[in-house]
Amino acid sequence: MTLDLQKRSSERPVAAARPRRRGPAAPPWWFTVPALLLFAFVVLVPSARGVYYAFTDWDGLDPAFAVIGLDNFTAMADDPDALGAIWHTLLIAVAITVIQNGIGLLLALGVNTTIKSRNVLRVLLFAPAVVTPIVTAYLWRNLLGPDGAVNSLLGVFGIEGKNWLGDPGLALWMIVLVVVWQFAGYSMVIFLAGLQSIPREIYEAAAIDGSGPVRRFFSIVRPLLAPAITINLMLSIIGGIKLFDQVYALTGGGPGHATDTISTLIYKDAFTLGEFGYSIALAVVLTAIVAVVSAGQYAVLNRNEKAAS
Amino acid sequence: MNRYTTRTFLLETAMVAVAIVFAFPVYVLVNLAIRSPSDTSSPIALTRSPTLANFSQAWQEGGLGGALINSLIVTAVSVLIVLIVSSLAAYPLARSTAHWSRGTFLLIMLGLILPFQLAALPLYQTIRDLGLLGSIWSLVLFYAGLQVPFTTFLYVGFLRALPRDFEEAATIDGCGPLTAFRYVVLPMLKPITVTALVLNTVSVWNDFFTPLLYLSGSDQQTMPVAVAGFVGQFVSDWNLIFAALLISIVPVLAVYLSLQRSIINGFAGGLKG
Repeated sequence: MTLDLQKRSSERPVAAARPRRRGPAAPPWWFTVPALLLFAFVVLVPSARGVYYAFTDWDGLDPAFAVIGLDNFTAMADDPDALGAIWHTLLIAVAITVIQNGIGLLLALGVNTTIKSRNVLRVLLFAPAVVTPIVTAYLWRNLLGPDGAVNSLLGVFGIEGKNWLGDPGLALWMIVLVVVWQFAGYSMVIFLAGLQSIPREIYEAAAIDGSGPVRRFFSIVRPLLAPAITINLMLSIIGGIKLFDQVYALTGGGPGHATDTISTLIYKDAFTLGEFGYSIALAVVLTAIVAVVSAGQYAVLNRNEKAAS
Repeated sequence: MNRYTTRTFLLETAMVAVAIVFAFPVYVLVNLAIRSPSDTSSPIALTRSPTLANFSQAWQEGGLGGALINSLIVTAVSVLIVLIVSSLAAYPLARSTAHWSRGTFLLIMLGLILPFQLAALPLYQTIRDLGLLGSIWSLVLFYAGLQVPFTTFLYVGFLRALPRDFEEAATIDGCGPLTAFRYVVLPMLKPITVTALVLNTVSVWNDFFTPLLYLSGSDQQTMPVAVAGFVGQFVSDWNLIFAALLISIVPVLAVYLSLQRSIINGFAGGLKG
């Protein structure tokens, strides 16, 4: 909204009011040069080279390598580890997005009330989000171990413990659990900022008119929360697709390949197997997934936001 | 609506219960970090004879002091560079409507989509050829470039909503573009600079993948890599490992708790950008 206003004021005709003067020249283009050089060196050029290498058999060291066309990609289609990793990546990303935002929204609604502990709760629940993910993942690796605190706690209630990270059917969900534990507070903070931007009067007026809390949520809060929802979904789904640290620390992709994601496979293929070309082909697939998801989400949410406003 | 009713009390109880569940891992972390390895009682039982021996041993054997200093240098220098070059670039990108400006902006925004895994391997080769593997300056260079798109995005969004009157006045008064930027525009960018500072600091400080690649096999480490190395070295000596984890968390939490208002607002600030 502010953006539109600004555009209008900047396009205001200067000539009408005063004797004609040209507005001061725009800031010079060379202001962008330092940022562009750094960006090109670190992101743009290596990414472009990466796309090229994906079509070669480069091993990372040998300057002599051959262009092999689509071989890396066709090999991927026959590689159960790669297909598994792509599936795990999507599953983890969707699960994190749904659960983390669900919990984050409930927490935000709970904190955005008149309870006395609201400020303390906000600070406390957000705290894990600033801690290094690899550190929280190592902490959880112990908690979820066979003799860990989670099994001890379950034992208190007479529930038999499990080998949470060693069971191929459970390990993936434990990764989701750890990420959600760490970042639910992050989603909460963004939802909270959205909730606090809703004028209290609208809410109270609806209450006086006799609409219950559920009705108020879906008719008032949800539409006005659209920008917060957009940002939260973007952050969690893209973060989930790129997930590396937590998988590396919690399971290393195991047991077997049960929790390998595209990112952990990229790392393993490049640095333990020396298959740089294949590894980069995986990175190209990752890029394509991120691009498709971002574009799709942008289109859908943009429409919803427009419809809501 | 503002009265404290029974329902409010029930909600408060439920929320506190949730917070206790969230805090449970932290309780175990501290509980085991202050426990001697010979104490084999349940991890959730309160440690009876707490000791600080794990901390001094972890500090001495983990090289955590050096890692802490490296992390501080890498984070401070790279974030400073990113803030300077991105705010500078955002100024013409937000003000000019010329083709080159729009094109450049879109090019930089492309960086928001490209996952770093794509650039990481070819860049690894370049850094290796430059002889910078194992040097923390390779990391500074890396983050300085990697964080440009996001930071520029924040600055451009903020600048577009900012009136031009002050900088126009400054230019009419004879200020050059650089002076106008430094003394007129930059001070007005303070709110978004705080947001960019917080978000960049957290992501650079916490990054693990890049230093794992570029520093592996060298004696230079950042905090996340040192912690991972420590876990690899003391495999199942969890009391010691927990002491190391706690040491790495304390500086982060100390900064967080002392600046919590700005930090939380910084994270939420992207919403308005």
